[in-house]
Amino acid sequence: MEMERADLLQIYYFMRLTREMEDRTRKLFLQGKIVGGVYTAQGHEATTVGAAMTLRDGDCIVPQHRDLGMHLVRGGSPRAVMCQWLARGNSPTLGRDGQIHIGDMHHGIVPMISLLGESLPVACGIALTMKHLKRSTVVLASCGDGATNTGQFHEALNFASVQKLPIAFLIENNGYAYSTPTHKQFAVKDLSERARAYAMPGESVDGNDVLAVMEAVERALEHARSGQGPSLVECKTFRVRGHSEADKADYVPQELREAWLKKDPIKRFEAFLQQKGMLNPAVQTEIEARVKEIVADAVDFAESSPEPDPATVADFVFAPDGPIAIIGTPEAQDERYVNALDRRTGRPFTAVSKTPLTLPEEVGRR
Amino acid sequence: MTAITYLDAISQAIREEMRRDEAVFLLGEDVGTYGGAFKVSAGFLEEFGPERVIDTPMSEAAIIGSAVGAALMGMRPIAEMQYIDFITCGFDQIINMASKMYWRVGMPVPMVIRGPSGGGTKGGPFHSASPEAWFFHTPGVKVVVPSTTYDAKGLLKASIRDNNPVLFLEHKLLYRHPELRAELPEEDYIVPLGKAVIRREGEDMTMLTYGAMVYQCLMAAKVLEEEDDLEAEVVDLRSLTPLDRETIMESVKHTNKVLIVHEDTLTGGIGAELAAILAEELFEYLDGPITRVAAPDTPFPYAPPLEAAFLPNAEKILSAARKLAAY
Repeated sequence: MEMERADLLQIYYFMRLTREMEDRTRKLFLQGKIVGGVYTAQGHEATTVGAAMTLRDGDCIVPQHRDLGMHLVRGGSPRAVMCQWLARGNSPTLGRDGQIHIGDMHHGIVPMISLLGESLPVACGIALTMKHLKRSTVVLASCGDGATNTGQFHEALNFASVQKLPIAFLIENNGYAYSTPTHKQFAVKDLSERARAYAMPGESVDGNDVLAVMEAVERALEHARSGQGPSLVECKTFRVRGHSEADKADYVPQELREAWLKKDPIKRFEAFLQQKGMLNPAVQTEIEARVKEIVADAVDFAESSPEPDPATVADFVFAPDGPIAIIGTPEAQDERYVNALDRRTGRPFTAVSKTPLTLPEEVGRR
Repeated sequence: MTAITYLDAISQAIREEMRRDEAVFLLGEDVGTYGGAFKVSAGFLEEFGPERVIDTPMSEAAIIGSAVGAALMGMRPIAEMQYIDFITCGFDQIINMASKMYWRVGMPVPMVIRGPSGGGTKGGPFHSASPEAWFFHTPGVKVVVPSTTYDAKGLLKASIRDNNPVLFLEHKLLYRHPELRAELPEEDYIVPLGKAVIRREGEDMTMLTYGAMVYQCLMAAKVLEEEDDLEAEVVDLRSLTPLDRETIMESVKHTNKVLIVHEDTLTGGIGAELAAILAEELFEYLDGPITRVAAPDTPFPYAPPLEAAFLPNAEKILSAARKLAAY
């Protein structure tokens, strides 16, 4: 895959932004500022950023809890993410849910729930609609190794294959479902073998090699875009930290963790870029400054945001009456449609950043 | 104009909504080529094509989950459960995915899950369920229980046009019941969700009921009139969520006695909640104990004598009503 330097730097920047967001989230947790569980994904950045970088306008991601990188690449708002962690009243869920359980259908981000694997049938419904509307857009739906053992994973893959739905299923195999290692979860060697059962292409790639991830996902999406149906891509990676920050992960052999730390996806990509002469200390400093600025802004914004009003506790159980727009049509953001705005607030949805997150083009050109 | 069945009314409602709105489509097991296990969608595939009448694999979670995904895209899917008993296989897509979506993220999920519920057809433990209480307990899901041909059509149209997940429970005993044949208006109509209706007026007691039990209550009320000189008021709830508290309260304030009748099992059923509401809100109006007639707390049995013993009927209602009337 031939890519411009600017694109490669963009990828590197999103990997760094993802890592920095999560490092900061962990700090907030240690400071006692996050009341609930914290789930991060150190080690997944090549998989999540790489996979999302292959998407186009109108495509849709169906992410899971370790996919902050996907959210950010697709325009997910760092402010919204921090408001979620800090349970603010102006978070995309208005404090009703935490974590990255957020999305915005107008920008192709489907909000996940904690029950893993359950987003995959939902991904089928989105792809079914795209197919029905004869669009050339596709869905990228991810899950972990653990979720591949749910019935819903298999129902979704089977239905998608029968209907030839435009989906790339992405498995982020990070070695453990909470504390359970893969050998106690499934008997196949590679999770891509599961593809054969549903007569779809399947491949396993090094999930810590961002360019390899991009190539594999690109192939899967091309297959989907050309009307040939779904594919399965297994990205083999490693969850460097615990399932949550409450989990010390002392069940992981030290030598295994150390071996994977040597394969850190960001360090690897950094070395690649340096070797190609694309990333010098000056550029790196610029990127780091932008990353830090975005994260600091997000945390400041969230910390100065209000808590939810307890008087609203019984609100918003049911959506109001009125016309519903088909997402992705020119009139979909016309305010007369119930789903054009967040009707709970009467304002636009907030899960996606209004200002572009991407690395400004001038970075690295000076 | 010809008189049509309760099942025809459901079929008409879906067909007319699919003609009216391109966003409406049907998916489920055997709904296409076969026209559905009960033939609700007979002829639909020919009229609307395979993209709007989707024969699915035997995968309830995929059916309901796909409906959620399509609804998030702005479609109005109708997911058929071949028998409502099978809804448990897709339970979590309703409980954790669909019902919380608008509340969590502000995105409406306009979808209907419908299917044949209820017993009396020798369906046994896995083809006779009345699952309403599970969903009645779940915030964010509407639960609709039509008892007449007119309502079946009007309530289903209202459910399809609603912007929330709606569970539409058709009573399979009513599908082709000859006495339910009715001539329906030629013009488009809906029956709004959340409005109960008084099927029979009376002043001696209120019977709160829904679905097929409406008819058992009406039969019992007739006997009470003829043999006991008692006038029972029969309130058909029509939808459980939203619940028409106003009609319920007005009736009970007027009659001062209440008998709650449902086909579902007793404990934790709809009647338990209705009883609690009435005890809290109308304590000073009540001249007798809030009384429930429901199925016993067992799974649904198969053999005819057991099924008859299990199901509430006019006779059981009559006996409870007489006890209540004695207060």
